[in-house]
Amino acid sequence: MDLLEYQGKQLLARHGVPVPSGKPATTVDEAVAVAEEIGYPCVVKAQVQIGGRGKLGGIKVAASRAEVEEHAGNILGMDIKGLTVHEVWIEEASDIASEYYASIVFDRSAKSSLVMLSTKGGMDIEAVADEDPDAIAHLHVDPLLGFQDFHGRRLAFDAGVDADVIRPIGDMLAKLYETYLEEEALLIEVNPLIITNDREIKALDAKVTLDGNALYRHPENAELTDPSAEDPQEKMAKERGLTYVKLDGNIGILGNGAGLVMSTLDVVAQAGGAPANFLDAGGGSKAEAITSAVEVILSDSKVTAVLFNIFGGITRCDEVAKGLIEAFATINPTVPFVVRLDGTNDVAGRELLAEADLPNVHTVATMLEAAEKVVELAG
Amino acid sequence: MSVLVGTDTKLVVSGITGREGTFHTLNNQAYGTNVVAGVTPGKGGQNVEGIPVFDTLHKAVEETGANTAMIFVPPRFAADSILEAEDAGIELIIAITEGIPAHDELRVYNHIKANGRSRLIGPNCPGILSPGKANVGIIPASFFREGQVGVVSRSGTLTYQIGNELAQRGFGNSSIVGIGGDPVPGSNFIDIIELFENDPQTELIVMSGEIGGDAEEQAAEYIRDHVTKPVIGYIAGFTAPPGKQMGHAGAIVSGSKGTAAAKAEALEACGVQVGRTPTAVADIAAEILGA
Repeated sequence: MDLLEYQGKQLLARHGVPVPSGKPATTVDEAVAVAEEIGYPCVVKAQVQIGGRGKLGGIKVAASRAEVEEHAGNILGMDIKGLTVHEVWIEEASDIASEYYASIVFDRSAKSSLVMLSTKGGMDIEAVADEDPDAIAHLHVDPLLGFQDFHGRRLAFDAGVDADVIRPIGDMLAKLYETYLEEEALLIEVNPLIITNDREIKALDAKVTLDGNALYRHPENAELTDPSAEDPQEKMAKERGLTYVKLDGNIGILGNGAGLVMSTLDVVAQAGGAPANFLDAGGGSKAEAITSAVEVILSDSKVTAVLFNIFGGITRCDEVAKGLIEAFATINPTVPFVVRLDGTNDVAGRELLAEADLPNVHTVATMLEAAEKVVELAG
Repeated sequence: MSVLVGTDTKLVVSGITGREGTFHTLNNQAYGTNVVAGVTPGKGGQNVEGIPVFDTLHKAVEETGANTAMIFVPPRFAADSILEAEDAGIELIIAITEGIPAHDELRVYNHIKANGRSRLIGPNCPGILSPGKANVGIIPASFFREGQVGVVSRSGTLTYQIGNELAQRGFGNSSIVGIGGDPVPGSNFIDIIELFENDPQTELIVMSGEIGGDAEEQAAEYIRDHVTKPVIGYIAGFTAPPGKQMGHAGAIVSGSKGTAAAKAEALEACGVQVGRTPTAVADIAAEILGA
């Protein structure tokens, strides 16, 4: 789960990481009220989860009330790489002596946590990594040991930070690690981490990804939402407990098990089709879950045909068939369905479908045939 | 022969008294797996269809000599249950549970590795089936028979699909190992491919990967340097958009890293034939094994 900049900053602030003071706003009036409270100059920042906001006009400095009105008015509702800005973050402007970079990454490959520090902050770190890899100091922290003072010292010296901030930078990294561990984050990236003219250190930006599987231990984090990233179908699926990802095409897909569904999308694409979604009905799905999933798929008006690809293990094919029959009884779909049922109770499932004789439902024997058929029907 | 589970398996099930736990334990037993014990704290002394239930894994091991544990408890208790099994001296721990927090997995992985006495398979995996010998987990065993193809996969249902395509061409399996779809699996492709390489029954290895991480890339180099048996690869997720988690916690393309195309290329560069569909995997298997 990716957080917006201000949500990430508020999380960091709770763990003692200094951030510029600010508040979010969803209207121009709110933005002005916040700016009046904070004082001028202040910065108006679009809250969308996309890199390069600044270059696209999503970050503006305002020296007066009139400028806040102007910038907030322009930025709210702005489209940034396909995302609509619903919120801005107004914060005090910071004077900047140096821009550093700091991050902690859950390194699944090394089975460890990777901490990075660089004095080349404020720019695309992947570009720095390509052009000047030595400019990024990095080390792995043993999860059984945790972040030690020497880790911070070593990173600060290796990165070549200004001598007077060696210790404060180490303390800052320790606080970032504490946030990472206690909030169960998979990524914390501060770019830039600034040194002010008064030699204070502050997180000027924050990119935080939290572990969705750990949210039950962090109910306050579970409530953080990003209105700009919320697609109506994805929201509907989430409320129904379905694993759904919206895609660009017109062929609705339902399968059981993440790997099989991913594979189904690929096979449909190879057959010349464009999948409209990823939907994993999950193991052991009952008829109601299938009906509910069909509703989500068909709520996307682009969908012109639907493919069911089921290989039943714990999922029983007769339950899937019942769910589809129920969906036809309640929502009466008008698009064609292609259904492939294999695995547990497949014969019973196919018999149920044959008896029901649903309009425009085509039963096929294999995954490949199913993909070809649905592409043909989708048009 | 087969790998990891077989006729020597003495299984203890953590979470045996739960609805799913009971159902799959009895399924495994009906298949012929030697299920010696179950564990549910507070229910020691009871039994599930004659299988004795103990309060702790230590007691279960002491009383029954269990050497393999299946973890079937909910995510918030699963990491603890895995650590308990390791502490009780279980050699092979198979964690079916999906949804364990990543930081828990990281601690568990590093602890088990540091002690070096247990092997963890999963979490978030369908288990292991050695056809004709033992089934530990939720793999629908009736679709598979004994044979010469070893399968290792990050996905459950995709494994059934590939296994079924192989079965339709007359090929059976030595063992089918689900390593799971989480970011920090206890065992990886390399660990299982090494076992298949040394297993006399296995003549061909199929590895089924997916987007996210670099386990497939690491396996590719290992295969090039250490494996003499033919290996066929499959990768799911060519159509997955970056930054979106495709069902499995570990199935996510981060920036330009972890794409299906990069993984397929890495495997092919190391001499592994990659099937673009599950059917193509079976076609390649038929060519290699000559059927």
